[in-house]
Amino acid sequence: MTCQELQEMFELYALGALESEEKVEVDAHLARGCVNCQQALGDALALNAGILSFVPEVRPPGRLKRRLLSSVGVHYPGWGWVWALSAACLLLIALWLGVQERQRTTELAEARRELLGVNGERDRLTQALQFLSDPQTQPASFGRGQTAPPRGYVFLHPQMGVLLIASNLPAAGQGKTYEMWVIPKGGAPRPAGLFQSDGMRALHILSGPLDVSTIGTVAVTIEPAAGSAAPTMPIVIAAPIGT
Amino acid sequence: MILFKLLPAALAFGILQVALRLANDTDLVRRLKAHEPKAMNDLYDRFGRLAYSLIYRIVRNASTAEDLVQETFLRIWNRVQSFDAERGALGAWVLTVARNRAIDHLRSVDGRMEASAIDLDQLERPGLFAKLDSAALAIDRVRRLKSAFEKLTPTQRQVIELAYYEGMSQTEMAERLKQPLGTVKTWTRGALKILRDELAEAATA
Repeated sequence: MTCQELQEMFELYALGALESEEKVEVDAHLARGCVNCQQALGDALALNAGILSFVPEVRPPGRLKRRLLSSVGVHYPGWGWVWALSAACLLLIALWLGVQERQRTTELAEARRELLGVNGERDRLTQALQFLSDPQTQPASFGRGQTAPPRGYVFLHPQMGVLLIASNLPAAGQGKTYEMWVIPKGGAPRPAGLFQSDGMRALHILSGPLDVSTIGTVAVTIEPAAGSAAPTMPIVIAAPIGT
Repeated sequence: MILFKLLPAALAFGILQVALRLANDTDLVRRLKAHEPKAMNDLYDRFGRLAYSLIYRIVRNASTAEDLVQETFLRIWNRVQSFDAERGALGAWVLTVARNRAIDHLRSVDGRMEASAIDLDQLERPGLFAKLDSAALAIDRVRRLKSAFEKLTPTQRQVIELAYYEGMSQTEMAERLKQPLGTVKTWTRGALKILRDELAEAATA
């Protein structure tokens, strides 16, 4: 074969794709030191490398580099410690956020409860002011002339109901509550709602219309926390109406 | 026609990026010869992804590709003493070794290790790459080569694929394609001539 014919086989020769007899012929020619063919072989290798580069890119796994470097005695820390540190930081941040969230939730619930309490108190005071400012309200007092016992006023209104304002009223005690009673003239006491004292004062409203002219007394007793169907002696407050 | 189908997605490939980094092969080879540990790190950074992509393309198995990449780089590490740092093209050598490791694996799996199979070891001796243009994988050359490759006929591309990515001889190709050996040789010779001429033009441009 001529150099030209041989050179046309160099790419396949370099790939190991020639038949044995062809390879032998190329080997023998190259062994004779043909300069042109040596150069042509270089060109064929370059062409082969170019064609081999036409492959879709695939990212090798990160462990491959570590494995390779460790095989030649190189310690390659890689990104393991970074991931570990990142994971630890993320865990701490997650915990911190969890605690913060829980605190926020608790604070929010407390604030909501306080707001509801304030709103309830405001509504009761507004209702009490309506009692006091309405000309149809009929007042009655209790505890006058007594030294320590509770004193205060009862206001009755035919549409709004009964308002009780008491001072010097101690807390009802553990498991106990104050209960108001509306006692008709010549009739049995009717339960009129449960309330607590802050240790000094109490304000209680029984909402709803009532026939003021039939009411003889508004009384308060100390009852079990769930209230009672009939008053338990002694009577703590007794406000006679219309006297 | 796997290569034909893959080409559109593949041709914007990282070899072009790798090619840009070939300028300092000489220093890297010097450090590899000194067995500086950092040199292996740099060699892998420069050619690891390309070698893995090529091997994976041939063996189609990630675990096997990892083993063969490791074998490729260890082979470079152990044989670099004979590599001419001033004249050779390191990237072309790495690609050749990577391709040959993968083809050897294919042949062992396929039982194609018969007497006629050529020992690929001889075809990746560092000395062979001494006459190689160090700009073998320069970006412009690869781009032109790629452009020429796209102009090949389907049959020409097929024989190139079988030779480069399956390691077949022309006789094996003829059997696979059920074509006369002469026809396969014509297709192969024609394809390589087109590609060769394109590179020759690039060199003189």
